[in-house]
Amino acid sequence: MLSRAADNLFWLARYLERADYIARVIDATQRLSALPRAYGGAATEWESALDTAGAADLFIDRQKEAPIDENNVVEFLVFDAENPSSIRNCIDLARTNARAVRTALTMEMWEGINSAWLELKRFEEKRDKTCVMDLEELGRFLTFVKQTSLHFDGSSNRTMLRNDAYWFSRLGLYVERADNTARILDVKYHVLLPESEKVGGSLDYFQWTAILRAVSAHTSYHWVYRQGIQPWLVADLLILRPEMPRSLTSCYENIVRHLDSLGLSHGRQGASQRLARTMLGRLGNEKIENVFQSGLHEFITGFIQDNTRLGTAIAEQYLM
Amino acid sequence: MTAFDEMTLPDGGARAVYQRLWRWLEGAPSELLSSRRSQAELLFRRIGITFAVYGDKDATERLIPFDLVPRIFAREEWQRLEKGLVQRVNALNMFLADVYGPRDILRAGVVPSDLVYRNPHYRPEMVGHKMPHGVYVHIAGIDIVRVDDKDFYVLEDNARTPSGVSYMLENREVMMRLFPELFHAHRVAPVENYPDALLATLRSVAPVTASADPTVVVLTPGQFNSAYYEHSFLADKLGVELVEGRDLFVRDDIVFMRTTEGPQRVDVIYRRIDDDFLDPLAFRPDSALGVPGLFGAYLSGNVTLANAVGTGVCDDKAIYTYLPEIIRFYLGEEAILKNVPTWRCRDPDALAYVLEHLGELVVKEVNGSGGYGMLVGPHASKGEIASFVAKLNAAPDNFVAQPTLALSTCPTFSESGISARHVDFRPFVLSGADGVRVVPGGLTRVAMKPGSLVVNSSQGGGTKDTWVIDG
Repeated sequence: MLSRAADNLFWLARYLERADYIARVIDATQRLSALPRAYGGAATEWESALDTAGAADLFIDRQKEAPIDENNVVEFLVFDAENPSSIRNCIDLARTNARAVRTALTMEMWEGINSAWLELKRFEEKRDKTCVMDLEELGRFLTFVKQTSLHFDGSSNRTMLRNDAYWFSRLGLYVERADNTARILDVKYHVLLPESEKVGGSLDYFQWTAILRAVSAHTSYHWVYRQGIQPWLVADLLILRPEMPRSLTSCYENIVRHLDSLGLSHGRQGASQRLARTMLGRLGNEKIENVFQSGLHEFITGFIQDNTRLGTAIAEQYLM
Repeated sequence: MTAFDEMTLPDGGARAVYQRLWRWLEGAPSELLSSRRSQAELLFRRIGITFAVYGDKDATERLIPFDLVPRIFAREEWQRLEKGLVQRVNALNMFLADVYGPRDILRAGVVPSDLVYRNPHYRPEMVGHKMPHGVYVHIAGIDIVRVDDKDFYVLEDNARTPSGVSYMLENREVMMRLFPELFHAHRVAPVENYPDALLATLRSVAPVTASADPTVVVLTPGQFNSAYYEHSFLADKLGVELVEGRDLFVRDDIVFMRTTEGPQRVDVIYRRIDDDFLDPLAFRPDSALGVPGLFGAYLSGNVTLANAVGTGVCDDKAIYTYLPEIIRFYLGEEAILKNVPTWRCRDPDALAYVLEHLGELVVKEVNGSGGYGMLVGPHASKGEIASFVAKLNAAPDNFVAQPTLALSTCPTFSESGISARHVDFRPFVLSGADGVRVVPGGLTRVAMKPGSLVVNSSQGGGTKDTWVIDG
């Protein structure tokens, strides 16, 4: 297919995945910041939400003196047109990309994205009239965003032909998802380190559950480990467990599979296949004890760089 | 007599801890509350939180009425309550270890032996078998009422299979979705860690023969049980299998579950089945819910049942009257939570008093539960009173009597706006190897009918979310 079309599909999926992730981060942060102080509820949570969304520098650049509080951060992450990764921009860009490759999408996918965009306009209009969005409306909005990505995921899975269009859109989704999971670990790694563990009812408990909620793994955690929440197991779940759909390992299993399908169908492999397979191999041989021993933070930072490198490799090999 | 209201002061203002909520309610248009109420119902339906009422074939899946107005405790109130709960549940566990062990308390004459030995829930088979870490009541539901802003009274202890904790958790989730602005303003202590605390408790009491990673299951009578939703909800939150009796079998005194990968050993069973139905070989032979041989495996120490078999001996209404003495006997402390003053009808003087004052007392069967088999004097007809006089004279041992308490009320949303309804409170207390803990919350039950004191869900009672906040 056209490189441009493949590029559109790749980014369409990335943007929707990102919107979903930011919606979850806001949800989890709201829960965390509403906790009593004795349970670790603190205003700094919103700063950490900005970091998790990878938007802290931009926020400070644009907002100058504006305080990093709930209103400003939510506004910035959800509606700010100046923030390229705000949810509104993600959905808007997803639709722009979708329009550009309208014929590569099935009817179900296109209608899902287009009606999500129309819904976004309705939310924005309503908000412009009153200039604020109350918490209740925000809750509805975030639910809508999560449903949009569920719909996109389900309709592409059920209706798309298994060819280039499908593979590139899946690749976008998993590269973005791996990036998101790694970022939340990057921001929160300090609460997962053994030193911060206190005996009996750690205050960090609610930080750990917030991480799990942000990647919708709160219930899954218990099914995998059948014990109370332990920070190193949270890291294990998010990094290494193949059965956890947002873990780095699971993302890379999918990336490798879809890159292999591409390679097979084109009769040719390249840098992206090699890089992805190397990364999956590394994850497969890793043990969480070793990750902690040689530095969780270093591990995550290294992963984010490699993942970005893979994105570039895919772009160079196919999308330009 | 007007009852103490949890929110409103006699002068029309609000108690300090309710100030914010009160102002919010004053300002909230009634349409807003109506619309949130129907949203709440929709959410509960979608989640599937229903319960079955036995004998009502049209209502196999009914919603428990949910009231939007939360019940609030200040942190200081909660801390006092928590201390009292920990003390009480410690004493209950020590009492059970004693009556199935050395029987010190009976020999000391603090509790009359016949109250234990003749109790239908007493299990002589349990004598001489020690439970891991001395814990019998792993999960207790202690029903608490108030009549003023000072004291907490225990109405009854539930030491067998107390239910309702799923409502504590789901009410909170629904409230957080419906009223984000209130949570934003209040900083409510979270209860979401209850499943983790429960799992830790259950794992901590695994038999010594179990592996370091014990297998826990929830045992349900099945989907026709009235609390089935709760059983499945808890199993899911714990991340453990929800099993029925037929999923388990016993070989060589070891319990296994049938899985796709073959038999898997089970170490801890959180059972939501009564003692009588656990094992047709040991108890009721007609029980199809249980597991043949389970009790043998249990007595061999190869599996832990939570709660233990035979805990019913500590939560009947006759033993209840001795709880202050039981606490003093084992802990050397005065009870922090008060008992409702109770006449034991087995005592002739008390019986005489009760017979004279039937019109103002509540008479309860010692082994009754669920609000059945009781006489509420002030609301009873002459005929009902006469029939209780006969029952009391025939078998005084079977009854206790208490004054009609003016249970506290809490503002509740009704057809005619916000009005006061009577409430009680059931916190859930967990006991494991590392002690006793309570998450800051519980189930507030509310009588939805004006003036009614009956809060049981089987008789039309509803529930509220319960908040612990910094006052």
